[in-house]
Amino acid sequence: MADRDAARPGAGQDAAEATVTFTLDGREVTARKGEMLIAAAERAGTFIPRFCYHPRMSSVGVCRMCLVEVSGPRGATLQPSCFIEATEGAVVDTLSDKVKKAQDGVLEFLLVNHPLDCPVCDKGGECPLQDQTLAYGPGESRFVEEKRHFEKPIPVSELVLLDRERCIQCSRCTRFASEVAGEAQIDFIGRGEEIEVNTFPDLPFSSYFSGNTVQICPVGALTAAPYRFAARPWDLDQVESTCTTCAVGCRVAVQSSANRVTRLLGIDSDPVNHGWLCDKGRFAFEAVNDGDRVTEPMVRIDGELTPVTWHEALERVADGLRSAAADGPEGIGFIGGARLTNEGAYAWTKLAKGVLGTDSVDAQLGDGLPAAAVLGLPRATIDQAATAATVVLLAGDLREELPVLYLRLRSRVVGGDLSLVELSPQATASTPFASVSLRYRPGDAAGLARAMVDDTASLPAGTDPAALAEARRLTGSGPVVVVIGRPSLAEDGRLVAEAARILAEARPDCRFLPALRRGNVLGALDMGMAPGVLPGRVDLDDARAWFAREWDTVPERAGRDTVGMLRSAAGPAAGGSGDPDPTVRVRALVLLGADPTGDLPDARLAGEGLDGAEFVVQVASSTAALSTRADVVLPAAEAHERPGTTTNIEGRVTRLGQKLVPPGQAWPDWMIAAELASHLDADLGLDSLHGVWDEVERLAPAYRGITRSVLEAAGGDGVVAPLATSGVGISRRSVPGPLDPIAFPGVESVERQGAPPRAGFAESPTAVTTAAVATGGEGGAADASGREDGGTEGDGPPARPPLLGVPADLGAPRVPPTDSYTSRLVASRRLYDRGAAVAASPALAALVPEPPVRVNPHDLDDLGVAPGGDVLVRTATASLVAPAVADPSLPRKVVAADFNLPLAGGSIADLIDATAPVTELRLETP
Amino acid sequence: MSGPPSPSPGPAPRRAGAPPAPSHLSAETVERARELIALYPEARSALIPLCHLAQEQDGWLRPEAMADIAALVGVTPAEVYGTASFYDMLHTEPVGTHLVSVCTNIACLLGGAAELLEHAETSLGVNVGGTTVDGAITLEEAECLADCDRAPCVQVNHRYVGAQTPESFDRLVADLRTGARADEIPRHGTLVRVRRSVGLRAGRDRVVAERAAMAAAQAARAEEAAAAAAGRKEGSA
Ligand code: SF4
Ligand code: SF4
Ligand code: FES
Ligand code: FES
Repeated sequence: MADRDAARPGAGQDAAEATVTFTLDGREVTARKGEMLIAAAERAGTFIPRFCYHPRMSSVGVCRMCLVEVSGPRGATLQPSCFIEATEGAVVDTLSDKVKKAQDGVLEFLLVNHPLDCPVCDKGGECPLQDQTLAYGPGESRFVEEKRHFEKPIPVSELVLLDRERCIQCSRCTRFASEVAGEAQIDFIGRGEEIEVNTFPDLPFSSYFSGNTVQICPVGALTAAPYRFAARPWDLDQVESTCTTCAVGCRVAVQSSANRVTRLLGIDSDPVNHGWLCDKGRFAFEAVNDGDRVTEPMVRIDGELTPVTWHEALERVADGLRSAAADGPEGIGFIGGARLTNEGAYAWTKLAKGVLGTDSVDAQLGDGLPAAAVLGLPRATIDQAATAATVVLLAGDLREELPVLYLRLRSRVVGGDLSLVELSPQATASTPFASVSLRYRPGDAAGLARAMVDDTASLPAGTDPAALAEARRLTGSGPVVVVIGRPSLAEDGRLVAEAARILAEARPDCRFLPALRRGNVLGALDMGMAPGVLPGRVDLDDARAWFAREWDTVPERAGRDTVGMLRSAAGPAAGGSGDPDPTVRVRALVLLGADPTGDLPDARLAGEGLDGAEFVVQVASSTAALSTRADVVLPAAEAHERPGTTTNIEGRVTRLGQKLVPPGQAWPDWMIAAELASHLDADLGLDSLHGVWDEVERLAPAYRGITRSVLEAAGGDGVVAPLATSGVGISRRSVPGPLDPIAFPGVESVERQGAPPRAGFAESPTAVTTAAVATGGEGGAADASGREDGGTEGDGPPARPPLLGVPADLGAPRVPPTDSYTSRLVASRRLYDRGAAVAASPALAALVPEPPVRVNPHDLDDLGVAPGGDVLVRTATASLVAPAVADPSLPRKVVAADFNLPLAGGSIADLIDATAPVTELRLETP
Repeated sequence: MSGPPSPSPGPAPRRAGAPPAPSHLSAETVERARELIALYPEARSALIPLCHLAQEQDGWLRPEAMADIAALVGVTPAEVYGTASFYDMLHTEPVGTHLVSVCTNIACLLGGAAELLEHAETSLGVNVGGTTVDGAITLEEAECLADCDRAPCVQVNHRYVGAQTPESFDRLVADLRTGARADEIPRHGTLVRVRRSVGLRAGRDRVVAERAAMAAAQAARAEEAAAAAAGRKEGSA
């Protein structure tokens, strides 16, 4: 491993620079050394037909569709261009008669056993086999014998069906499963004419990434259950967008027909998803089409939510908020915001902080990290993490929380290019390929981080010294990126953030990738949706003067976070939990898409907070997520129903496409905020989506220079904020080339971005010039150009506030010492949980697991409970009985369970105490 | 096809961890499997020998055995199934105690193989590929078995039994059923050659010693290469 680290930098550079020149159809062409002929030809504008070759996977040369004639010492021979490298001086002919005959022959051969049931095949119309047969194939088959027959189709998983008759054995799906996903649950079974793709008997293809095989299958052999017979490709309309199901921000093509989303396909964004999607992102669109949508504003009258007009509803909200602010603006709190677009988030922040004057705004639901840490730590891009020497994982299970980030890192690690150091209380999907896995008890994260950078620090109990030494060695040199998230929801986020802060202090060159999972949570934080910050990653106090110039008001002092708001609303009576700042109690809560009773790790606190609040407004899109406590419900547009921008974990800003008209009277969020402001007799000054963005660009320091034209020119890959300091300019799409329709069949055009303007929302786009990109790309230049920001320059305008830096103090709570009877709880996330997106997507809802509680085998032994037997888990305030299994990866006295999943015996959220640094519990026999 | 029984019902476990302990293969088979695995630099290289071991235990490759093998060599059950189903001598569906292979390639065909096979089907009451109801005999049609001078050539459990006539074939089957030839023809799956040729005779100690020497040599080469690279770097600086 040491050799590999030492070898990396030089090797990479040499390979990037070395080129070879060869002759392609009579032209001189330059290729990168080691590049396959098929790729070099493609970059030179020559498309060679192919089936098995995929730019994101290894070449296998099995379909022979890509044969070209290469002249060598033995004369011209036919060779598979996907399997031979371009060599200096080679003479390659892709159009000779011999090549044409070979293509013709290969296609005739592939069609020998192909059922030719195109009229009833989902792939018909976008099928590489169909298209390439038309372009390169025989007009007629000489095969008159009986074709082979299989039962059609068979399910290989709940989501994917396989028609073996249509399969051409290209091995794209099996390569994807083993190489990319690392879950080879499908393989070729049998040999010769009996060969078929299949699973092991009764062991389904249960990968979270199974949908990708459907997308890359070059025929209609693999189909996805939600799309089967739903549409014909030529009836689909497409817009390019970004998946906001989690915060990775994979690029997608949203395809629809008749104002319903029909499917999502991955688009190859080189810096982000390489074309892959996870099944949750791919199939959760069913929730948007779902009938259970909030379509009209509603007000609770006599205990019943009753439809009213927007005007009535907003009046009611304005009254409620006014009276809640009687003692001071801190009487109002805003919870949620991760499902908003950046524009929506900015508008709500401006309403809360700039009109109402309360700083109690929090897009995170007690399951995130302190905003000061997320925004202040030097940020890494996904590419920087993938190309670092070592990645430190101090986060939940990435496969469960940020699936495609897991894929990106995994491929580098198993390829031997990256070392993984995992700091986690339990085994995760990354454990098998991590170089070191350091187990820790909840509460010890910061202590472990300290031990990693300081040999004299005392080791947290139970730390394996050899593993620690190896972790130190791996993080001691070379670029290190720390992926920082929440390994457990039952451990205060500040404890984990403190660990990151320690690493940042000791290793100033360390970069951080926040593993926060909710849709646009990073965009919401960037837009100021957290206490103590203002839009553009700036501190409230630093930026007060800057924003005071343009906003009606700016909060006097830092507000409460979600837990603080709920504690305050619950009042001193509830649970005895005192408010850190009792002067002004939170009386009104505005829930921006969030129902804290489902999302907050601490269910009791959420319930008490909502019950204690005098007035609750919920901006929601799905009736399933409605709070029973909401006094007013405002219908909001969902993903795919609103244009705008989003920001992913890297800080990458990309544009969202709108494909649907929102149902009923649902409005885009920024508009709701703007209208509400006018009912509060204020003017948000935001009257178009573009207007919002222009203000963000002008006022939010981290977004300086990211103008609409820069975004437009950047295309699908977007740009990373902030432009000036990130060192990441506008990247150019390198793979696949615009010529490869076979890599991701079905994606109409990867370059097309056409959110159709909706009347009243969008202006016609301004002209894009490359100059705008150049200016934006350099970032600093935009500042230096002296562009005017406001009208007050003559009076000595306040200086643009500095971006947040590494926080000096996060106020991490002290973890009480533990006794030998007490265990600590680990609450982790699963991809398919009871969240609204999964619940409203029938294809996914069926996949929600019901995992048991997990206990260290010795602890289970000590209890005298056999694996699978029931245990009683008791905290100071609650208890539940649930089946437990032994998990040897857990440290002693650690109990693990999954959050927001069905659990025989109750819900783990009943046990978590969000106001304690860690959740302590006793394990007993029931 | 009678669907092989499920090795582990329900979806595959999502959570990684220590691979499950082999639950179907006997302690003795697992012990020998571990010895075989130790012979290779990569555990998965032992996949096919392990399939033979499992087939020796059960007479055919049961799904439970394939799942155990997958855990032993660190691949998925589907990969074991994919590999095993490629090879004619690995049986992923049940076979009888005796696998009778009749060659129908050119020399044997001229020597009456077609007639012999037809007779076999009638007298055994099964089609090619089938197993008699008592589970004693599975009839198989084979390509050239390299015993062309004794056409039509027949093998039982991959052991030559010489040219057969319909009459001698019936006697052969009767003997197999009574166990009269059990000494020379053990039940299907029993290994002779695989056991001998995979080198277990070398002894575990010697294998371990040789692997250590190999690792040392590799490390030395790597060190040399690193030193040379460092030298070049200094030279160029
Ligand atoms: S199912 Fe599709 S992707 Fe898989 S091997 Fe067959 S043709 Fe290729
Ligand atoms: S990883 Fe996240 S962004 Fe990507 S497809 Fe899945 S849910 Fe969407
Ligand atoms: S052999 Fe080259 S694309 Fe399949
Ligand atoms: S042809 Fe039958 S053994 Fe050779």
